[in-house]
Amino acid sequence: MGMLSAFANPHRFLALSNWLAPLFYALGAVLIGWGLWQGLYIVPKDEYQGGDIMRVMFIHVPAAWLAMASYSAMAVASFTWFIWRHELADIAAKAIAPLGATWTALCLATGSVWGKPTWGTWWQWDDARMMSVLFLLFLFLGYMALRAAMDSRQKAARAGAILAMVGGLNVPLIKFSVDMFTSLHQDSSVITSEGPKMAAVYLWPLLMSGLGHSLLFGALVMTLMRAEIWTRRAARQRARLLAGA
Amino acid sequence: MSPAPILSAFRQALGEAWAGGAGALLPLGFFAGAAVLVPLGIGTEPGMLRAVGPGILWVSLALSSLVTLERIFQADVEDGALDLWLQTSAPVSAIAAAKTFAHWLTAGLPLALMSPVLALMFQAEAGTDLLSGALIYGLGGLAFFFWGGVGAALSATVRRGGLLIALIALPLYVPTAIFGSMAMSGAAGGDSAPLLLVASTLFSLALAPFAMAAALRLAAD
Repeated sequence: MGMLSAFANPHRFLALSNWLAPLFYALGAVLIGWGLWQGLYIVPKDEYQGGDIMRVMFIHVPAAWLAMASYSAMAVASFTWFIWRHELADIAAKAIAPLGATWTALCLATGSVWGKPTWGTWWQWDDARMMSVLFLLFLFLGYMALRAAMDSRQKAARAGAILAMVGGLNVPLIKFSVDMFTSLHQDSSVITSEGPKMAAVYLWPLLMSGLGHSLLFGALVMTLMRAEIWTRRAARQRARLLAGA
Repeated sequence: MSPAPILSAFRQALGEAWAGGAGALLPLGFFAGAAVLVPLGIGTEPGMLRAVGPGILWVSLALSSLVTLERIFQADVEDGALDLWLQTSAPVSAIAAAKTFAHWLTAGLPLALMSPVLALMFQAEAGTDLLSGALIYGLGGLAFFFWGGVGAALSATVRRGGLLIALIALPLYVPTAIFGSMAMSGAAGGDSAPLLLVASTLFSLALAPFAMAAALRLAAD
């Protein structure tokens, strides 16, 4: 609890993110750049995975990882806000939603581009992972639409938190139900019980690209959170001024 | 705690559903209308209708649950009934569950009972077990109504909340729709589908009332 409260202080967050966000932007850009350069120019193409088109993996896989991680992060932030009412947790959940939706859409788009030459289809309804990610996108959109429809910030926070928690509890069930369909996707080849099965020449650029996307995501979340904190402060200041006038 | 507020909310919801003009015929009409549009839209080839029929009935059931649910909590927010509930000793979650259950009884169960007729119109093969089909539609519909109720409670203060309810509730409908259509089509691995369907319905019954209660407390503020 002590640690949670320490992170929940907006002043400390502003001070921390003031240097952490630029650092994340820079490191993220370097890692994504290196991953793309390796992926597009250096690594050999894999004919089994569709030839040159497999290079989209260096965006697709990080996007898929962020799609799932960002919904989990939003649900945890919502839970934290709902239980302890730390304003910063709500600000974080609000900031994560549009970014999570963006990376989820990126995952779907790059997946489509990869699927067309490899599997011969832009979209496959009975592919479990495609459907899971699509429903994740709907969960994000519903969350944003619900927040936008509420007439006060407090209500938006509460309604959003309830929905994010209900959605979070449903995600495993949704995942399990769509897994009942047969899947086109290969099994996981990065995280397995025997360690990574992927050749190291692909694995390193992929991991670095994944880390880079995560850092960029973190930096963007911090930027949106800072903007929201200042917006709320400005609103409070304005209310004070109007009350005094 | 006394069960009186729960019973009165249940009775009131039943009354509301029946008093809405045509009573339970209205959702039935919507269900039938939505299902009947499909052969007009995609063609009347019997083999195709037989293949898509069960799925069409699921979609129509989901749509009609959304249409029915749009206003179930809105009226209670507007006329102050919600504020009174919050002052009674009965848990709001139980009241919300009773109301949702009443709406399923009047708008969900009749659709399930009517499903054998529509299944025959969709060229279901002779020997199809239409009665267990109706049972599966009924149980799946219960999950639809409870998840839809969460959407309705969350958007109880939102004007024109219908589209919002749909966007919120549809991802939550996914497991029910998948298990339901697997159970109906007898697809590979479909043996366990009816059990999974019941499990996901029980999950919604266990979780949705508390989410509805939290959302209704928010709506009352």
